[in-house]
This record gives sequence, structure tokens and C-alpha cells, in this order.
Amino acid sequence: MGQIMTGARMVIEALKKEGVEIVFGYPGGAIIDVYDELYKNPEIHHVLVRHEQGAAHAADGYARSTGKVGVAIVTSGPGATNTVTGIATAYMDSIPIVVITGQVPTKLIGNDAFQEVDITGITRPITKHNFLVKRIEDLPRILKAAFYIARTGRPGPVLVDLPKDVQQAKGEFNYLEEIHLRSYNPTYEPHLKQIEKAYLLLEKAERPVFLIGGGVISSDAAPEVRELAEKLNLPVTMTLMGLGGFPGDHEQSLGMLGMHGTYYANMAVAHCDVLLAVGARFDDRVTGKVDAFAPNAKIIHIDIDPSSIQKNVKVDVPIVGDCKRALTRLLEMIKEVGKPKKYWKERFKEWWEQIDIWRRRYPLSYKEDPNYIKPQYVIEKLYELTKGEAIICTEVGQNQMWTAQYYKFKYPRTLITSGGLGTMGFGFPASIGAQMGNPGKLVIDIAGDGSIQMNIQELATAMDQKLPIKIIILNNGYLGMVRQWQELFYEKRYSAVKLTTLPDFVKIAEAYGAVGMRITKPQEVEPTLKKILNMDKLAILDVIIAPEEGVFPMVPAGKATTEMILV
Amino acid sequence: MAERKCTLSVLVENTPGALARIAGLFSGRGFNIDSLCVAETLDPTLSHLTLVTRGDDQIIEQIIKQLRRLIDVYKVVDVTEEGDFVEREMALIKVRAEKENREEIYRLCEIFRLKIVDVSPRTYIIEVTGDKEKLEAVIELLRPMGIKEIVRTGLIAMKREKKNP
Ligand SMILES: Cc1ncc(C[n+]2csc(CCOP(=O)(O)OP(=O)(O)O)c2C)c(N)n1
Ligand SMILES: [Mg+2]
Repeated sequence: MGQIMTGARMVIEALKKEGVEIVFGYPGGAIIDVYDELYKNPEIHHVLVRHEQGAAHAADGYARSTGKVGVAIVTSGPGATNTVTGIATAYMDSIPIVVITGQVPTKLIGNDAFQEVDITGITRPITKHNFLVKRIEDLPRILKAAFYIARTGRPGPVLVDLPKDVQQAKGEFNYLEEIHLRSYNPTYEPHLKQIEKAYLLLEKAERPVFLIGGGVISSDAAPEVRELAEKLNLPVTMTLMGLGGFPGDHEQSLGMLGMHGTYYANMAVAHCDVLLAVGARFDDRVTGKVDAFAPNAKIIHIDIDPSSIQKNVKVDVPIVGDCKRALTRLLEMIKEVGKPKKYWKERFKEWWEQIDIWRRRYPLSYKEDPNYIKPQYVIEKLYELTKGEAIICTEVGQNQMWTAQYYKFKYPRTLITSGGLGTMGFGFPASIGAQMGNPGKLVIDIAGDGSIQMNIQELATAMDQKLPIKIIILNNGYLGMVRQWQELFYEKRYSAVKLTTLPDFVKIAEAYGAVGMRITKPQEVEPTLKKILNMDKLAILDVIIAPEEGVFPMVPAGKATTEMILV
Repeated sequence: MAERKCTLSVLVENTPGALARIAGLFSGRGFNIDSLCVAETLDPTLSHLTLVTRGDDQIIEQIIKQLRRLIDVYKVVDVTEEGDFVEREMALIKVRAEKENREEIYRLCEIFRLKIVDVSPRTYIIEVTGDKEKLEAVIELLRPMGIKEIVRTGLIAMKREKKNP
């Protein structure tokens, strides 16, 4: 017999059982019973955000940076709808979060009651799964299932909609230690026949490329990626979500590929004969024009989600399974066959020579200017000063791409960025989650002057929690990425991209009790960065950068990845 | 790539959101649904769904994978792929049955083994069951009489057992 308790209490007990120590949320009438239990159970640390979108992003940033499930708790109606962008962001990047929403009492559902919204209906296409709890007897099992579904297989957000009467009803709390869902059985173990086929392709390859995506991060496969890459002497390129899955400072790293990828990564992929893709889903920002993507390559694709395979590109060897396990099996097979390391070194010698020619021809570069701070320089300096040890969150736009290009992410879970949805306003609340989950670590949000204003209210949250986050605003006075597209493809018709009124970010910082600083000259960059990085306090550094700086290389949307605009 | 018709037999958990999830998947990803038929199964916790859709092989593969990805979906079988299967659909056809054509309708019903399930002074409701071809043939024959209304169930399908195991 389980203990008898209210539904609200069950939520707390389930959180404890799941090892949840921190939740992000915002109260309201339809969730007040759960908040009453939070009050009585201070061992679960509740972070009061200032907008529910912030709660979802913070839970997401917590999940991305720790690998644990992030939790957000909000009220019904507007509280629930405010999380929608956050849920969609987590969904697109396969991040495990559980969102608990209050709901009007069951007997009022469907009546357009006060603050009623069909949030399970609204979030159906942007959650991995969601539940409306109608009976107290179902609650323990649903809570268990929610965490299980969020975390396993291809991870993703799960929403639990909890009517007020169910929170108040009493029932037996029998929480399963393990749950089995007959209709949900992710495949972890890859097919050995397929692994063998993959091996044979690699053995015969002359110009292989190893492409890694976010699946490598979520399955903790970075060690296996490195072992395989080093053993076979493979060039490695990463999607935005895959950055950190292989050390960016490693000599075999070609950096990011795709729309703003490096020249040499895109050239290598375009000319390779075998492409080993792991935990990547060939999104259009990666492939460019699909027909011209790796046109001569046999493609091996490892992914835990069968629907990712053959979705965008034709795959020769599909391998459904957990990235880590599949790579482990592949490594075992390589060991078994036992070709010496020299074999692989020799084999790809010419290929590496070609890649080095591309590397020398167009390395990542920008023009320095004594009058302006170049954003790329800021990121380079930041990388040097932090030695790649910080957790870097980004907003969306040019700031995000410069970060991806110039910060050489060395470890998994150190880049927290909205890749799939491209959500402006994600980075800062995500950095709150990341800092809560990694108290001793340096957490930095690299922001745009546009994006930061989308969730700037969370400064109060960060100050509440005394988080020493560093916000570096690459301030160009523009919605820079859109401006860049207008410059390149719309004959400089700058429609609605000038941020004419910008707040004084230094004063904003000060208004919240944080530190604010502004720099305008290149020589100020290094000393000021040093100064703020050593502060044990939240600080905003407003960096006035060259207003019309672009992100290059760039593959225009829909073009082949070899058709790069280089400067 | 050539488009083909595809009949899917889908078992899903009998939960409130399941059908909405499947319908949403089709609209959200731009897949076609030609017909959809839902009913209980022997196991009351599962519903059975026969879904007729169209697409080239790659799209049909995606449809099946996306369906399997839904947490509530227990099993998806491409009946068309498996080859040997029985398909049936039922239609109720309300047709004008005036003095001058009652006889003829009656004869048609005999030939095609159709049932007249309702008789009013000026109309019959005729029940027809069969594969798509039979239904269309019957509708074409009745059309000149004056069809007032048709309601069709959509296709259901079942795999045949192997004849000599
Ligand atoms: C919520 C949201 N709205 C709109 C966009 C479209 N968008 C992409 S980048 C961008 C400009 C971002 O401006 P800013 O934050 O200043 O960054 P910058 O590109 O200047 O570095 C916009 C509007 C988006 N990605 N997200
Ligand atoms: Mg900007």
C-alpha cells in the first residue's frame, strides 16, 4: 500500500523520486496547491522566474548543461501558453524537460472557464508526449511515465496538465521504480550486420568525413567519437548542436559545417566518398541544396530515431540505435579486425593533404579595424581567457554564429544554443538554468542587442539566485542577422532591422543591482573581459561592435554548400 | 518517384489524445489521408485504425516511421506492402425510388446482392459492402436513378493468413 496523499503532494514526492532538486516556475490560481506543497518542502529549490517562457528555457538550459531532466511548473491559461516557445525550443533540439501546468477543475474543462486553455491540444505537435490527468489514480504512473519518456530514446519535452481538483484529490502514491510502456520501446542496441557494413565502407574509404550532431551530446558519446576519430585518423565536422562533441582545438577538427560552417568543412563534405554521420538529422542549414550535399558519398547514418534516417538525405547504411553504443560496437569491430593505426594514417594521407590545402586557402578570418571592435575578436579573446572551460549560452542571430565559429568548444554540454527553433531570448534564461545546475562554473551568455531584450526581465531571477552569470552583448544596433540577409539578398533594403531606441544596458544592469560596463574600442576588449570574468557577480558587458559586420562564410539558403560567400 | 496508395493498419492505445495526435501528425507534416476508420479491438485498451494514404516510397516510409514515433502507437503494418489482404468498405446510399424505377433498383440490388435497409414512399436506403471497385460500380449504376446522399465508412483491411503454413 502506498501512502495516501493529495495530488499536489504526489507531484513533490515524484520530483524527489526522480532526483529533481531544482524547479523553475511561476505560480497562479490553478497550480496554487502544488505551490503550497513546494512551500512545505523546501528541499526542492524553486526558482521564481519573471515570465513563464523563462522557466521553460531555464529548465532547458539546466537539462542541456547537466544531462538531467529539467522541470518547469506553471499555472493554467496564460501561464501555460507562455511556455509554448520554450517547449518548442526543447522539442526541436531533443532536450528532456517536464513541464507541469495547472488546469481548471476537470468538471469545468471545455467550458471556456477562467484561465482555461487546451494546452495538451496546443502542445501536441511540440512535445514528445503530453498528458491530461483526469483521475488521481493515474497521477503517479503518469508522472513516472513523463520523466521516463522525456529522458529515454530520443529525448524531448513532456507536458503534464494537472487540473486543480486532481491536485486536491487524495489517492495512493504508489510510484513505480521502473515503468514499461508497451507502445514505446526505443532501440538502443544497433544491428551488428549494419555495423559491419559501416566498417566495410570505412575500410574501403579514401576520403571519409566524420559528421557529428547533437545526438552525440545527448548520448554522452564524445569519448567514443574521439577514440574513433583518432584511431581512424578521420576529419571531424560538427553541426551547431554537435559542437563540443569533439574538441574544437583538435587538429582533426574542421569546425562547424553548413550555412555558416567553415570553407574546409563544407569542401570536405562535398568531396568525401564516405560520410559517417552520427546523431545528426541533416537539417537544411546543414545540407544546403540537398542534391548537392555530399554528392559522391556513401552515407552511414547512426541515429536513435528511425524517422531521422532517410528523411532528408538518402542513406546507404542506416543504423538505428544509441550513438554511444553504436560507436562502441564499431570500435569493437575495428579492434577485432586489428588493422594497425598506420594503415589508416597512410590511407587518408592524400585526403588530409587536400583538406590542409583548403584550410590554408580560406581559414576563418575577419578584417581588423582600429576604429571598431570586431565581434569575432571578442569571441576569440573570450576563448583564450576562459581556455574553453566556460559554459557558453547564446542568443540567436549573428552573435550565435560568431560564437559557433570562433569559440573552439572543447567539451560536450558547454555550448547551450537554440539550434532547431532558433529562439531569440533563449540564451539568457537558459544560462540561469545552466548556472543553477553548475554552481562552480563560469557561465556566459553571448547575446545580441535584439535578443537580450526578449527575456531581459530574467535579470531579476538571476539576481534573486545570486548567479554570477556574465552577459556579453554584441551590440550592433541591428537585428544583425536579418540585416545581413537584406544586405546580401535584398539590395540593402533594411526593413525593420534598425533598433533605433536601445536601452542603456549598463543602467539596466545597475537598476537590477548587477554590474554594467560598456566598451567601444578594440584595446578595451581584453582588459574589460578579464575584469568581468573575475567578478563574482552578475555582469553585463555591452560591447559596441562594428554595426554592419557580417557572418562569413555563408551559404545562401537553398544553394549548394560549395557556393559559399567567403568574405 | 511514383506515388502509390497505401493502406496502413495501426494499433494505438485507447487514450483520449491518440487520434488527435495521429490526425495532427498528418496535417502538420503535410501527409495525405484518403480515409480513416477507427474502432475498438478485442482488447479494449487498444483501438484499431485503418488509414489509407498516398505517397512515393520515401514519403510512405516517413509516414510509417513518424506514426511509430508516437508514444501511443503500438503497431503499424503496411498492409499493401505485405501483399495478401482483404479490403472492404461499406456505403449507405439514399436513392430516389419512385414508381417508375423501383423495379429496376430492386433488380440491381438482387444482382449485386445489395441490401435495402430503409424504404420510404420516395426513397430507398441501400447498403453496399465490398472493395472500392464494387462500391464505385454500384454508385455509377445508381447515379442515373438520382442519388440523394451517400455515406461511406472508409476502407478497412485485414491481412490474410497464409493458406498452407
Ligand atoms: C523569437 C524570434 N523572432 C525572430 C527571429 C528572427 N531573427 C533571427 S536572427 C534575428 C536578429 C537577432 O538580432 P540580435 O539579437 O541583435 O542579434 P544579431 O544578429 O544582431 O547578433 C531575428 C530577428 C528569431 N530567430 N526568433
Ligand atoms: Mg544585434
